[in-house]
Amino acid sequence: MDFFVESFHTAFGLIAAGDPDVMNAVTVSIVVSFWSTLFAALAGIPAGVVIGVADFPGKRGMVTLLNTLMALPTVVVGLFVYSLISRQGPFGAYGLLFTPEAMVIGQTVLAVPIMANFTLSAIKGADPRIVPTALTLGAGPFGSICRLTIELRFGIMAAVIAGFGRVIAEVGVAMMLGGNIRGYTRTMTTAIAMETGKGEFALGLALGLILMTVALVVNLFLNLLQQR
Amino acid sequence: MHTTTRLLLALTILLALCAGAGAEERLKMSTTTSTQDSGLLRVLLPPFEKENHCKVDVIAVGTGQAIKLGEAGDVDVVFVHARKMEDKFVADGYGVNRRDVMYNDFVVIGPKDDPAGVAKAKTAAEALKMIAAKQATFISRGDKSGTHIKEKELWQAAGAEPKGNWYVDAGQGMGPVITMATERQGYTLADRGTYNAFKGQKTNLVILFQGEKGLFNPYGVIAVNPRKFPHVKYDLAMRFVDFVTGPEGQRIIAGYKAHGEPVFFIYKK
Repeated sequence: MDFFVESFHTAFGLIAAGDPDVMNAVTVSIVVSFWSTLFAALAGIPAGVVIGVADFPGKRGMVTLLNTLMALPTVVVGLFVYSLISRQGPFGAYGLLFTPEAMVIGQTVLAVPIMANFTLSAIKGADPRIVPTALTLGAGPFGSICRLTIELRFGIMAAVIAGFGRVIAEVGVAMMLGGNIRGYTRTMTTAIAMETGKGEFALGLALGLILMTVALVVNLFLNLLQQR
Repeated sequence: MHTTTRLLLALTILLALCAGAGAEERLKMSTTTSTQDSGLLRVLLPPFEKENHCKVDVIAVGTGQAIKLGEAGDVDVVFVHARKMEDKFVADGYGVNRRDVMYNDFVVIGPKDDPAGVAKAKTAAEALKMIAAKQATFISRGDKSGTHIKEKELWQAAGAEPKGNWYVDAGQGMGPVITMATERQGYTLADRGTYNAFKGQKTNLVILFQGEKGLFNPYGVIAVNPRKFPHVKYDLAMRFVDFVTGPEGQRIIAGYKAHGEPVFFIYKK
């Protein structure tokens, strides 16, 4: 019990004091998650819409693949991207390994299937008359799909929130591609892993509490957007 | 919707500014967890960074992986503790200008009641032999770190094969292994620096064997060979090597204390 009390106490103390290391890790977590969520949304949502609306051979296989990709372990994504961007890999010349950019790449890969899948589910559950109605009302094929997307904004927002949740909470990609460099690529999750390794369990848990607080604030903000 | 768009735009610009703020030169260094976890790098790096207007990016992993990162050209300098591997790294042409930086020693730690009686051992190898004979729980790093390599050398010297339920291959860093050994009340080989950081509050294990020559733990720094990898920041790496082996770096290392005790020692010149 002391352990939990101490964690809350530590968490509160760190926030109150504006501990620079913690603030930095929070910033890195948010910045990296923001960009990966944004890029994943730009790729995943249109992909979900296309797969949901279009009819093409192999569609079922595609959906199964997408479902499987949701189960991608973060370390596998990390390892895969690592092999591409290490100096020995095909994109080694850019020197991306152990930078925030590398983490954004890895986490984008991680979030795309989730966003595509959530979007796809939203389309499956939508009123099937939306597109035909829009077409009848004189919208072009592109316009009617835009109409559909607007109608489905809640489902799509859920996709964004799920993607964001996945990337801000993961540690495998961040550790492997970022390298947990203090003040540069150290995120909340890699800091928690490191402090746990050092036997600083209360501090690790305190950082976990701060991470949850950050996630809460972000979700409240997204909620606000949704209600407009 | 208008204000929302504007808000999003402002946020994007802010985030872009944060992301683009790191314009100074960065030196990538792979090192062992002990140099980072002991807190040494926190006092050693800032003066160097200030003097050279750069940032040192520390990637703290086991020595085996730290050297691998150098062999792949993914770092500019390595700072590790496994002499044989270091020499091979240089001999194979991946590293240049290896220098001795500092040393400390390994200790055999275990439960106070010492079921295997290793406190009476005369050598570290004998201590391990007693643990194997008694089949007392031993937690191994199992991660190709400098400590793990030293442990394997000792088993070989002991002529005992570490195998069985009592030998736990953890595959983790020094900290988690000390924690695991504490939970299981087993033995392990630890570097003194990390053990000192755990002693008391985080572990009730005690040092049962220490002070033998074979437990010497030297740390070396090596620049990655620019002939092999033209992209490495060799000049900055050499400035770092000169700094940690020079008077200022050596003074900081010798003066660094954790829990009131020195962690690393410098060579007398």
